[in-house]
Amino acid sequence: MLDYITSYLGLNQTPGQAGNIFWVTVYILIVFGGVSVAVMAMNWLERKALAHFQIRLGPMRVGPHGLLQPIADAVKLLTKEDIIPDEADKFVFWIAPLIILCASFAVYIVVPFGPTHAITDVNIGILFMLGVSSLSVLGVVMAGWASNSHYPLIGSLRSSAQMISYEVAMGMAVVSAILMTSLNKTGTGTLSMIGIVQAQQEQHIWFLFKFFPLGFIAFVIFAIAMVAETNRAPFDLPEAESELTAGFHTEYSGLRWSLFMLGEYAAMIAVSSIAVTLWLGGWMRPFPNTLTGDTWDLVFSLIPGFLFLGLALIAFIGVTRMPKHPYFKIQTIGLAGFGAVLGLIGLILFIPPVRDRIQDIFWFVAKVGVFMYLYIWYRATFPRYRFDQLMKVGWKVLLPIAIGVVILTAIIGVLA
Amino acid sequence: MQPVATTFFFYFLSGLTLVSGILVITRKNPVHSALALILGLLSQAGLYLMLYAPFVAGVQIILYAGGIMVLFLFVIMLVNIERVEKEREFNKQWLVGILAAGALGALFVLIYTRGRELFPNQTNLPLETNNTQQIGVMLYGQYMFPFEIASLLLLVAIIGAVVMAKRRI
Amino acid sequence: MPDQMTKDPYLSNLELGQPDKTFLDSNELIINMGPQHPATHGVLRVILKLDGEKVLGTECVIGYLHRGVEKIAENRTYTMFNPYVDRMDYVAAVSNGLGYCEAVEKLMNIEAPPRANYIRVILTELNRIASHQLWLGTHALDIGAMTPLFYTFRDREEILKIFEKYCGARLTTHAFRIGGCLYEAYEGFEEDVKRYIDFLPPKIDEYEELLTTNRIWVERTRNIGKISAEDCKALGVTGPVLRASGVKWDIRKALPYANYTEFDFEIPTGTSGDTYDRYLVRMEEMRQSLRIIRQAVERIPEGPIMAKVPKVIKPPVGEVYHSIEAPKGELGYFIVSDGSTQPYRVRVRPPSFVNLQALDVMVRGALVADVIAVIGTLDIVLGEVDR
Repeated sequence: MLDYITSYLGLNQTPGQAGNIFWVTVYILIVFGGVSVAVMAMNWLERKALAHFQIRLGPMRVGPHGLLQPIADAVKLLTKEDIIPDEADKFVFWIAPLIILCASFAVYIVVPFGPTHAITDVNIGILFMLGVSSLSVLGVVMAGWASNSHYPLIGSLRSSAQMISYEVAMGMAVVSAILMTSLNKTGTGTLSMIGIVQAQQEQHIWFLFKFFPLGFIAFVIFAIAMVAETNRAPFDLPEAESELTAGFHTEYSGLRWSLFMLGEYAAMIAVSSIAVTLWLGGWMRPFPNTLTGDTWDLVFSLIPGFLFLGLALIAFIGVTRMPKHPYFKIQTIGLAGFGAVLGLIGLILFIPPVRDRIQDIFWFVAKVGVFMYLYIWYRATFPRYRFDQLMKVGWKVLLPIAIGVVILTAIIGVLA
Repeated sequence: MQPVATTFFFYFLSGLTLVSGILVITRKNPVHSALALILGLLSQAGLYLMLYAPFVAGVQIILYAGGIMVLFLFVIMLVNIERVEKEREFNKQWLVGILAAGALGALFVLIYTRGRELFPNQTNLPLETNNTQQIGVMLYGQYMFPFEIASLLLLVAIIGAVVMAKRRI
Repeated sequence: MPDQMTKDPYLSNLELGQPDKTFLDSNELIINMGPQHPATHGVLRVILKLDGEKVLGTECVIGYLHRGVEKIAENRTYTMFNPYVDRMDYVAAVSNGLGYCEAVEKLMNIEAPPRANYIRVILTELNRIASHQLWLGTHALDIGAMTPLFYTFRDREEILKIFEKYCGARLTTHAFRIGGCLYEAYEGFEEDVKRYIDFLPPKIDEYEELLTTNRIWVERTRNIGKISAEDCKALGVTGPVLRASGVKWDIRKALPYANYTEFDFEIPTGTSGDTYDRYLVRMEEMRQSLRIIRQAVERIPEGPIMAKVPKVIKPPVGEVYHSIEAPKGELGYFIVSDGSTQPYRVRVRPPSFVNLQALDVMVRGALVADVIAVIGTLDIVLGEVDR
């Protein structure tokens, strides 16, 4: 038994490839737990960042600077009354959020956090991710239908039409990135997620900059399509509050609605990780080829530690700025404790063994974090597209450009 | 990677496919039938995986379960459900139906027993890692012409649908 | 649900045909944007007749905020009625007060002294800016841009602070009295206003930066809700809606009141009468109002702020119609006096009430999502529509 566990540690493969069920389970628990924590953190970040864009503070009361607000939200949603519409189809009503949740979470088994830091590496990795995330459309359609009411049905049909339209443009952009993976010595590309990042590593360039501007245009198309795919602003007409049709999750209350929200944020993180893997070099640190050498490696490997120490510093500055009133004593202590935990994590990240292992995961998560911030930024800034304009952008603007990029990439790839 | 528990997964997935097939025809509610069909398609994708054809499995999920079934669901949901549910589930021709199904089943059994050479016990399975490449090479090399004809057919279908459904350009 | 709606008396002129089998089988659908809706700016009920997503016709049902203000006027003296006037267009209360006081002054042949006129103009133009800022925030929010709302409300706070220091109230100000102003401009009034004049132009630029060239905003507002100049004149639509259709009509220039002749400003007009032009017209109006305020605050004379008005206001028998350019359009007061201390009849011509008629014309053939944009661009306040 112990041999089974330790036999994996010597290998240089993902646990799925090695067939080690124990480590697969451990990785699954870590990844899914991490994604759940990330979703909660994203919820908090969205409210705070949106508030700061709108010159207000956001949640400040529950925990220092609202850090415990997601927990309060979760508790509130859990204790709400579970209302099922009268004539609704109970089985479909029950299963719709589960389908969205399972589809959004199942894609994480191929997300590459590092060359061996993935749950497994299927050799159709990107195809698997696109396919399983397209299963969430089924959940949306079923949610709207099971609510047995006109407006959720219209909203869900619109949502799902939008999602499948932008999947086409997404797929085309992905194809152009996959084409670039085949520009290596053997001439065969790969669909596996780890293989794509390794192709970028071998070709010494992020696919974002390859055949400039083709890679960049493909990235932009994917970035726009992924925002539309996850029904986020500015493409969130089906679920906007001020429109007539109120969206497919109107009739859901309490825990079921929180499952939708969980699925939506998980899908956001998943498509962002596709974008990071395909164009932004996955887990590679910035400038792996122009700034080579052991010193530069050392400098870049110290960045995670310094980042957490910086966050701890911000937390301590926040502690000094807290009001000196007895009511705020617990919050001040809480914030100081949080700062201490962050500082501790930062110090741990300086230890060499931890430092080396954590490099890939850190850069991957940092890049995905940039995308999350972009999502919030879009929501704060842009007005909403009307539905027909939305579909027009998807079919008549993004798709022709994407097809053009594929053709040009293929031509240049063959010629060069 | 060594395959794990092949027999169990085979029986499990095939059983799932059969059960979902039966559910498709026995459910009164058309949406439940469509959901059962989705379940059947997904278990079929699992069977493709067991046959070392991951690309086909992925495409099955993307296209069939994620695209075509969504289309089915759209159509089912936009049609008047109450009228459909009031119809009788099995019409009066069930005897002829059973006879026809029995005859078809007997034909299948006959083919399998008489034509046993057609179903080899061992084949040279192509390498799992090459599945995508091999399909690509075949589709765009050997079977280029049928591939393009099929895509042309789909284009005709799309144009026909748009022409029939549009009210103004 | 369709059966319930066919019994509704307001739907008779929407020419309903057969009741629907399923709501998606037949072509026409009646949807009710109920009195409680986040985007109708108050309690407005709009019944839409749709063909799929296209709007075939609308019917507005109003009256949910009717408080009988005009009837109340018949039982109050002229001075007692003054505070009621603010509550009609509660967003631009100072304009309402100005119109009423000037109407009664016209009836009684009183002239407000020059200093009072200057204070009146400054406060009214400040209120115009505040009203347009509120309009901009809510209109952008309806179309989906969340952030301009907070920016405009933050900047509107400065104006409301000035109002509060002047007369004690932020929203329903009751700032003017018949014959002039009651309150003297407080210590530091001119400094505050001058500070505001310098504070605002970068903020207007900020709003424009967020919206004017944003492609999504332009696509949502250009060619939406078009109304021609002839239709405007036929319906009696006034205000920025009329000016955006190309008609250069502003009562401050055409039939000037309260010393507007002494100020130098321009009237922005649009060309195509769509939502985007109305947006541009109102943004420019904010800048022109700042121009008026700048000139006024530099030239404000000393003197009395109240004319010689008898203690008991008893206008001679007669009637008067006086209209002003409120932020939303032509606000008119028709007062009939029978010689007693209480008016015989006060009839208010609210701009939003008349502009709301244009909704039907603007929205025919557009999509449902545009109805909300058009209601926003008309800038209606239900307090005024219903009174």
